Amino acid sequence: MSLDKATVARIATLARIEVPEAHQERLAGELSKILDWIEQLGEVNTDGVEPLRAVMPIKAHWREDVVTDGNRPDDILRNAPKSHDGYFVVPKVVE
Amino acid sequence: MTDLTHLTLKAARDGLEARSFSARELAQAHLAAMERHRALNAFITETPEQALRMAEAADARLARGEAGLLEGIPLAIKDLFCTKGILTTAASHILDGFIPPYESTVTRKLWEAGAVCLGKTNLDEFAMGSSNMTSYYGGVRNPWTRKSDNSDLVPGGSSGGSAAAVAARLCSGATGTDTGGSIRQPAAFCGIVGIKPTYGRCSRWGTVAFASSLDQAGPMARTVEDCALLLQAMSGYDPLDSTSADMEVPDWAGTLTGDVRGLRIGIPKEYAIPGMPAEIERVWREGADWLERQGAEIVEVSLPHTKYALPTYYIIAPAEASSNLARYDGMRYGLRVEGKNLVETYMKTRAAGFGAEVQRRIMIGTYVLSAGYYDAYYLKAQKVRRRIVEDFDAAFERCDALLTPTAPSAAFRAGEKMDDPVAMYLNDVFTVTVNLAGLPGLSVPVGLDASGLPLGLQVIGRAWDEATVFRVGKAIEDAAGFTTLPYGLEETA
Repeated sequence: MSLDKATVARIATLARIEVPEAHQERLAGELSKILDWIEQLGEVNTDGVEPLRAVMPIKAHWREDVVTDGNRPDDILRNAPKSHDGYFVVPKVVE
Repeated sequence: MTDLTHLTLKAARDGLEARSFSARELAQAHLAAMERHRALNAFITETPEQALRMAEAADARLARGEAGLLEGIPLAIKDLFCTKGILTTAASHILDGFIPPYESTVTRKLWEAGAVCLGKTNLDEFAMGSSNMTSYYGGVRNPWTRKSDNSDLVPGGSSGGSAAAVAARLCSGATGTDTGGSIRQPAAFCGIVGIKPTYGRCSRWGTVAFASSLDQAGPMARTVEDCALLLQAMSGYDPLDSTSADMEVPDWAGTLTGDVRGLRIGIPKEYAIPGMPAEIERVWREGADWLERQGAEIVEVSLPHTKYALPTYYIIAPAEASSNLARYDGMRYGLRVEGKNLVETYMKTRAAGFGAEVQRRIMIGTYVLSAGYYDAYYLKAQKVRRRIVEDFDAAFERCDALLTPTAPSAAFRAGEKMDDPVAMYLNDVFTVTVNLAGLPGLSVPVGLDASGLPLGLQVIGRAWDEATVFRVGKAIEDAAGFTTLPYGLEETA
């Protein structure tokens, strides 16, 4: 599976990572090499095999639907790059 | 008296109990060793004040006869575990300045058992790597060098800082995490013991997530018994992690023997891969001979889907990583690089904050989960993963544990394999199967190769059967009698 520059640019946008155009060619080569190597899975017959989603069958516990944590805005805001008056400050999203 | 840093964890524990030395003295000896060996770059953050404070509290509890399982034992913590009030980086630029307001379950349990925090160890960025070279804080140097030259070697990865710190006697033990081999491969490269327990044994809560269906925490130390003690303290049910198992934690250390009489040990024939160095084949055969001489029965078994484990892993792990790492957006913590608008801020932050390998894996993960490719890649990988689990189920019908090499080579030079991601991925060829199947796997050092570097063997057990894994590991450890120290450490012993 060979990825072209346009596909790399599309994946980069989906992944929200800025990839300068000058790097797209190199990245396309690196990713294609990894995908080529992954292609060998096509050799495995998986007809009728149920996909494995949870490796250890563990029964989930029920608990009372009550608040067990919270009410500590200072802790939550302490690591914010920008905060003001108990809020995160983020770039404007609505014009 | 021997330098306190050369004691095993168990011997240090006994010495503290007998009041031969104090927890404070033990912590000070290790802090001094950390300072002497800063060139290894094993730690991202040292916490000497915290260590002394915790050691004094441990001394007080020892004096009152209230000692916990690890009372006064100085540990190094992989910088992937969130530690309340202590910088936690995952070795990534994107977590710049992140000081968790909470404690991971695993470290909380260690501190409750009386352990002392020496600091946070270096790792591959977000635990993605097998050399520790992808850390934003620079690579870690393996305390071992070849006999013939003293060029820098990698400690393995991703728990490379923890492995180097244990090998260089900077701590009595350390925590690691293992998603594809990140405890066992560095343990082998640094001549120490490390175990990845069964998936669900340790809570993942508060550990920076890489690939959630594969990540497990585990201990690294210098003996099998020390690892058993540490794992006992780290394990147990946690309501904060829905994949943590509500099962009793056995007294692995208290019941540990090397008695392998009557055990059937499987040798998976597919692990004899083409191009494997003859010395690794030799120690593998030797390990089987040791076990046979001690009364175990050696049986050949087949794990036919072994060669598909790595490609399966390189779909599942990046897919889960791309989803887990979506949280790093520069809004609530860590690095923010401002752009013209929100989306540009996200894109610039993530481009500047993630290193090349992490970006590659996020992009692969995003691609295999994207519309039109999900079935061909992700669903296919989940199906092959079940085939791999079935291989192990069939093998364990015929044996009680498996014996394999831990890694296909000894430690390599810093900078090698960096330009070829796939060559780097092959480091995990013998370890990654165990993560995909959720099984316990332990690496134990068995000897040196011709250049004087340590080699490890891996013991794989049935799910939840760490007891047998420890038992077989102990038998190998006893037979191997591996006591060689990394060069340069002999004079402090």
